Amino acid sequence: MQGLSSPPAAVDLKDVEVAFQLAAGGRYTAVERARLTVAAGEFVAVVGPTGCGKSTLLNVAAGLLRPAAGSVEIFGAPLAGLNRQAGYLFQADALFPWKTALENVALGREIAGMPKRMARERAQDWLGRVGLAAFAQRYPHMLSGGQRKRVGLAQVLIRDPAILLMDEPFGPLDAQTRQIMGNLLLELWSAARKAVVFVTHDLEEAIALADRVVIMSAGPSSRIIGDWRVPLARPRDIFEIRLDGAFHDLHREIWQVLKAEVVKSYAAA
Amino acid sequence: MNRVTLLTLQLLVAVVAIALWHVLTTVPLFGTIVLPPFFFSTPEKVFGRIAKWIAEGSVWRHLAVTLTESLLAFVFGSLSGALVGFWFARRQTVAAVFDPYVKMMNALPRVVLAPIFALWLGLGIWSKVALGITLVFFVVFFNVYQGVKEASATLVDNARMLGMSERQLLRHVYWPSALSWMFSSLHTSVGFAVVGAVVGEYLGASAGLGYLIQQAEGVFDVAGVFAGMIELAAVVMLIDLVVGAIERRLLIWRPMSGAARE
Repeated sequence: MQGLSSPPAAVDLKDVEVAFQLAAGGRYTAVERARLTVAAGEFVAVVGPTGCGKSTLLNVAAGLLRPAAGSVEIFGAPLAGLNRQAGYLFQADALFPWKTALENVALGREIAGMPKRMARERAQDWLGRVGLAAFAQRYPHMLSGGQRKRVGLAQVLIRDPAILLMDEPFGPLDAQTRQIMGNLLLELWSAARKAVVFVTHDLEEAIALADRVVIMSAGPSSRIIGDWRVPLARPRDIFEIRLDGAFHDLHREIWQVLKAEVVKSYAAA
Repeated sequence: MNRVTLLTLQLLVAVVAIALWHVLTTVPLFGTIVLPPFFFSTPEKVFGRIAKWIAEGSVWRHLAVTLTESLLAFVFGSLSGALVGFWFARRQTVAAVFDPYVKMMNALPRVVLAPIFALWLGLGIWSKVALGITLVFFVVFFNVYQGVKEASATLVDNARMLGMSERQLLRHVYWPSALSWMFSSLHTSVGFAVVGAVVGEYLGASAGLGYLIQQAEGVFDVAGVFAGMIELAAVVMLIDLVVGAIERRLLIWRPMSGAARE
């Protein structure tokens, strides 16, 4: 619980429950009484087996999905409609295929009314920060999966949101590219600390990136069943940190809890 | 296969077909001519006829009429198809109400409408334009409807999270998505526009390539029919080339038309 003097949390999910009406009739409870608090500038990873409702929780925080019960507070104010303070990096490709990389990145600023030239200049700057300065005129289909994710990251970050919601953003990428993207993300994040909710099914990735790791139980009616603080120093290097002893101890400890849930989710599938 | 070989092979097909046609219509095999020239004409006569038409200049007038009709049918058909398709996709109630009628109209063979259009609009170009519109409309309508409805849900979510209003969503997501579907049906809809014009002319007109073919057929002038057909085919191929070039420019962002061909 937050004391009166402490600043309000960036994201505060209070006993959130999400249920879907099934086409065949009946009700499917995806998430049950989920409590999650993310402080401003804090990096939280949410880990759970496939289909546990991690993304659902993220959509609630984004305002894309309305919870059936419970409440959502963003910096102390109840969330109504879309979360205007959040940027969302989707798992699937979400770039506009008919716009170049530069136009894609500039879009968030242009629709907010920034003059075109200025928006494009900023976009070019952001493309540079994600290492794609030379690819501004490419269309998304001319970029690799990892490059598209970089453009996506720039597209979200150019708006300078206070909260960053990430839904298995590096899921479709190969292992090496994921680590490179992880390092890039940490670099950008430490330059301007945003509250991050990072959903993944990869525990190693979660520990390597986050300040806190939250574990969800297997669905349906998944809950948050564990919350660990990651005692690793920053700045971190994703390539190196996996060799750290503390990393291994924490991994073993969390995996004990997660393993049972993963087994359950496979048994149910 | 490189371009030159391909082109050579393609030309070879035409040469062989024409040579075969020539041999079968002029050289007796076992005492009989396989394809009687009365029914099949001969390549000399057909190409002679085309040359004569071009020399006389009469063919340009007919060509101009047919192309005008096609162009008008294409423009009006595409515009109305795109607008209605867009409207239906965004207003599901409207789509649901009109659904059976759209299906009914689309199932109707459009040729049966030609006499009605001739009755209503006369034998001039507008009855042909109307027929072409009924053909083009549905191609574009269905494509745009699908395009808007199937605009990726993730893309829409992303656009909203980036802060787009409903109007900006229309402009940046739905409209480009619809247009891309419309462009991808460009070949089909242009083809249908020409079909509408020619069929309309064939059924009753005073000018146009369809009229030319119908006139020749009326007096058993097979050479004239073939000449008209070849002329039409050449024109359609030219149009198709132009459409292909336009498409490549407009859909440069698409994997198939952009990267693969460039």
